[in-house]
Amino acid sequence: MQNLLTTEQLNSLKSEMKKKHRDLLVKRFFSNKLALFGSILMTVIVLLAIISPFFTSFTPYELDPVKRLQPPGAEHFFGTDNYGRDLFSRIVNGARVSLIIGFAVAIITSILGMIIGLYSAYYKKLDGVLMRISDGLMAFPAILLAIAIMASLGPRLENVIIALVIVFTPSVARTVRSAALVVKEQTYVEALRAQGASASRIIWLNIATNVLSPLIVQATFIFADSIIIEAALSFLGAGIPAPDPSWGNLLYDGKTVIFNAWWMTLFPGIAIMLSVFGLNLFGDGLRDLLDPHTTKAKK
Amino acid sequence: MSDLLLEVKNLKVHFDTENGRVTAVDDVSFSVKQGETVGVVGESGCGKSVTAESILRLLDEKHTNYEGNIFFQEKDILRFRYSELQKLRGNDISMIFQDPMSSLNPVYTVGNQIVEALLLHQNLTKKEAEEKAVDMLRLTGIPLPEKRVNEYPHELSGGMRQRVMIAMALSCKPKLLIADEPTTALDVTIQSQILDLIKDLKDEFNMGTIMITHDLGVVAEVCTKVVVMYLGQVIEEASVESIFSSPLHPYTQGLLKSIPHIEGPRDEKLYVIEGKVPTLNQIPAGCRFAPRCEFATDLCRTEKPQLDSYENDRKVRCWHFKEIQEKGGVMNGNRNESDKVRS
Repeated sequence: MQNLLTTEQLNSLKSEMKKKHRDLLVKRFFSNKLALFGSILMTVIVLLAIISPFFTSFTPYELDPVKRLQPPGAEHFFGTDNYGRDLFSRIVNGARVSLIIGFAVAIITSILGMIIGLYSAYYKKLDGVLMRISDGLMAFPAILLAIAIMASLGPRLENVIIALVIVFTPSVARTVRSAALVVKEQTYVEALRAQGASASRIIWLNIATNVLSPLIVQATFIFADSIIIEAALSFLGAGIPAPDPSWGNLLYDGKTVIFNAWWMTLFPGIAIMLSVFGLNLFGDGLRDLLDPHTTKAKK
Repeated sequence: MSDLLLEVKNLKVHFDTENGRVTAVDDVSFSVKQGETVGVVGESGCGKSVTAESILRLLDEKHTNYEGNIFFQEKDILRFRYSELQKLRGNDISMIFQDPMSSLNPVYTVGNQIVEALLLHQNLTKKEAEEKAVDMLRLTGIPLPEKRVNEYPHELSGGMRQRVMIAMALSCKPKLLIADEPTTALDVTIQSQILDLIKDLKDEFNMGTIMITHDLGVVAEVCTKVVVMYLGQVIEEASVESIFSSPLHPYTQGLLKSIPHIEGPRDEKLYVIEGKVPTLNQIPAGCRFAPRCEFATDLCRTEKPQLDSYENDRKVRCWHFKEIQEKGGVMNGNRNESDKVRS
């Protein structure tokens, strides 16, 4: 029995290897300029949404009829709207709404999509039923389906989340299912069955872990898509109800005065654009990072 | 009879396909004793892997129908409930697969995977299981097992991975090991190391082993008994010595003839068994090997031969094996004469 190591040596070896692995991942992420830019952009937006109340003196609901439609200036960074509300604080609060919706939708669809995708990949009979339902849901254009669901549920924040979850879950389930079908045919899954592992153990401990990376990438894109669709819903009046600031609402308010007050449409528009852009860059970066085929090509 | 570990009796495996029912394994019987290594040999598609997978019932049961019995320690596996099956798999019977490159989950360390196999069947704490995993890896001859347990499968070579698979399969000290072409994906030097390893560990644990292979060299090296399969049927069963010294069935003779020898002239043409293996839905009416057999007669083409006993422990499925033996077996480059026999 040569090469016996003491436990301390072993532990230090273990942590050293883990650290090396982590360093490599971090290095790879930072070498991807676009992904880095995307994540910085997202961090800034998230930070703004969290800390904004501490450095604007205005609340998003504070009316000031005297100062209606003021252009951007020192007092109101982004100007005021047609009721004299501070546009900056409204946009930052809208960011909070958008981020909450995007995040909640991404998380819930990931979990639901994962469950549906994994089980339909593993059980053929379930597959037929679940995938036909998701085909049906995917046949509708996303916005149309969302509007229809909102119309029946009523305009509330939670309902926006529910509607978007229904809209996006089928595509996540599809992604997970197709990845899981590949994994399921791998020899190690058969080897696990030959070892006497139960179905749920195989599904959750072995197949699920192997489909995580496409799922994470898909989730970031769904985050971005939910922000756009939420804005569209609010713009159409089917999303967040009116006095609450949401980027879609702000755009709607600005639409009537677009020739008198350009800032009312420009700034919410830029906010939507930047956050979606940031998320997409971040998602692309994650895909490069998590997909072994592309990382190999880039060293 | 107490040392009889596994007895496969008249096993038939049918698959329901879109083109109707297909019988992949037809009336296969053989047995494995404790400490014995049985080789199952045959061409691709002859049903050897299906036979192996039926022993653990790994096939998709929705489309598979079993007939016959598989007795493991006198209990019929084919009548097991699912929970009993799970207790059996990995604990009493383990399996090693052909392709070590894909038999390990890429997202867990190898140690983790051995630990999982251990925790499934044995009452160990995580700590004990981790120590046991290192021990198992050391047993399979992996250098620096303390370091290797924390590595991911992609950091190991094919031979190393197959060792890990063996460690995993043997971690619960199974009574029967099924090795489904364990060396096919490995290069020759690693092959012999892995075979030696399996042989040593088999002796150490006194397991029965089923070695599925198409490589007669492997059979000669590790097996004690050989079962030759052709198109879902056992056509010959004998000890290793008699298979190699005096094969009875013309198919076995052909197989042995088609091995290149290191001595002898190089420009000599290698013997080839003429024709192709028919597909499973075009099974010949009589003897399944008849269309490719140079000794086939009308009897062979119309009547199914039975698996007859010969001498004490041999079995062969052929109408004419005695005459063929008198003629000196399969001829090399003598197809013209055999054509005359056919017409």
